[in-house]
Amino acid sequence: MRSLFISIYSEFYKSRKTLAFWASILLPLIICGLITFGFYSSSEKILNLHQPPMILWLRYISAALNVMGILILPFYVIFMAFSVNNIEHKNDTWKSLFAQPLNKFSIYAAKYIYAVLLILISLFLFAGLTFVFGHLLHLLIPKYSFDQYDPSSILIKFYAKLFLSSLGILSIQFLLSLLWGDFLKPMGIGFIGTIMGIITANVGWKYAYLIPYSHPNLVLHSSKSATDVSTFPIFTQEIYTSLIYAAVLFILGYFIVLKKSIK
Amino acid sequence: MSSFAIETVGLNFNFGQQAIVKDLSLQVPKGSIYGFLGPNGAGKTTTIKILLNLLKSPADQVFIFGKEINSNRIAILKRIGSLVEQPAIYGHLSGKENLINRCLLLGIKKSKADEMLTLVGLTDAADKKSSKYSLGMKQRLGIALALISDPELLLLDEPTNGLDPNGIIEIRNLMIDLTTKHNKTILVSSHLLSEIERTATHVGIINKGQLLFQGTIQELQLLNKPLLEIELDNVGEAATLLMENGYEIVAKTDAKISIPFVSQKESGTINTLLIQNNFTVSSLSLQRKDLENLFLDITKTA
Repeated sequence: MRSLFISIYSEFYKSRKTLAFWASILLPLIICGLITFGFYSSSEKILNLHQPPMILWLRYISAALNVMGILILPFYVIFMAFSVNNIEHKNDTWKSLFAQPLNKFSIYAAKYIYAVLLILISLFLFAGLTFVFGHLLHLLIPKYSFDQYDPSSILIKFYAKLFLSSLGILSIQFLLSLLWGDFLKPMGIGFIGTIMGIITANVGWKYAYLIPYSHPNLVLHSSKSATDVSTFPIFTQEIYTSLIYAAVLFILGYFIVLKKSIK
Repeated sequence: MSSFAIETVGLNFNFGQQAIVKDLSLQVPKGSIYGFLGPNGAGKTTTIKILLNLLKSPADQVFIFGKEINSNRIAILKRIGSLVEQPAIYGHLSGKENLINRCLLLGIKKSKADEMLTLVGLTDAADKKSSKYSLGMKQRLGIALALISDPELLLLDEPTNGLDPNGIIEIRNLMIDLTTKHNKTILVSSHLLSEIERTATHVGIINKGQLLFQGTIQELQLLNKPLLEIELDNVGEAATLLMENGYEIVAKTDAKISIPFVSQKESGTINTLLIQNNFTVSSLSLQRKDLENLFLDITKTA
């Protein structure tokens, strides 16, 4: 347990000055900032629709969610899975990492957990910043009356669901990036997967849920089609599938690490 | 308790169909500097990686401090410091941060990082990004990383690679210091015998995955028999005379005869014999083939 903890801490120490780490903070900051700016600058047009606070909040929240869920989240996950492994490939440090008196599971699991944490931080910031910036918007333009509806439970549920739906992709990409030192192979496969995910989820293919790359998309689709946005269930078919993928591939990855010779 | 820090018993290792290490039986005594010699591609780095359990060895073939490596991986690695091939350094971190990261992983005090920087002479470059380091500086940082946990056994793969003459001498002195004063054991690989000759107490010579020689440095020098070179006139007749008197002629040129050196007294006897037979002897000298040539001979004939 101690060796797992120090390995995770070391992952943070190593990556704290890299783009991968800062991306998890900057990405939500930039996207939420841009959307808020959009809502600020075109406030008259939006307010002319005379929508109730809840619908306005949903409009505002889904602006970030749609960009995130459809395109950015899969690519962000692919990038994170790549960068936690690439830091060792690039510097040729796998050999020194595995020559330390730490059990191999800790080294492997720490990398995986760290990638999960980075995604969690990013999505948490998305939810938090949407909430904070929304209220900021209300302060600047009181007509938005964002204070009359509390969106926190919707935000938490949506982003929790997006987080869970991204774990399947993460596990596939993590394994690919662990095995291959180059950027193009995992990136190429991830790109094709994401396109497939978007298409299959959009056409509503019956078995789209079997492709992990479609999970974030499916989350948005299924929630939109729910009759009441505030009561959609979290644990749906695509979430279960994502978690099963994650668990199976995580275990498989460990056995690959055990067998792998460090050349 | 075994007196060997490292012992391999008939170690075999393949990459696919290709045998890299064949029936290797290393014996590295505790407290020694073991020079692990071989030309490039002989299997030195592979062997070192096996000793670190980076490459999986068959069971019961590799023992470190008397313990089987596969079943005691963590306990063994705690006692080893290593530098394998190019030093493994995170280029985007400074030299000091690289050392601190290692301290974190090993659970040792961060102040040790500064100590190590001083030891390898990198204090001035401590906060410089290590990707900006010169090859020699990277090598020093690699050595600092290997030493930071104060390990009992050091595995150094070509540690003087890329160092300037001063750096090479410093590393040599450091190795001697570590073994004599701090009772460490060092296995150091190299493809240059002259490099090993100055520090090693024991030598193993490997070529194409096989151990050709293993023993103390004195034993290696014994292999290398000295010759008595005699410079004189009338080489042909002198050679006949010496052979009649039971001496073996190793080499003969226009002006010189070489015979195995036995002792100084024997050299005197030979001189007297030649002079009494009216040869003009202009010089008698002891010739030792340098170890570099011996090394080449050993690795070539195998």
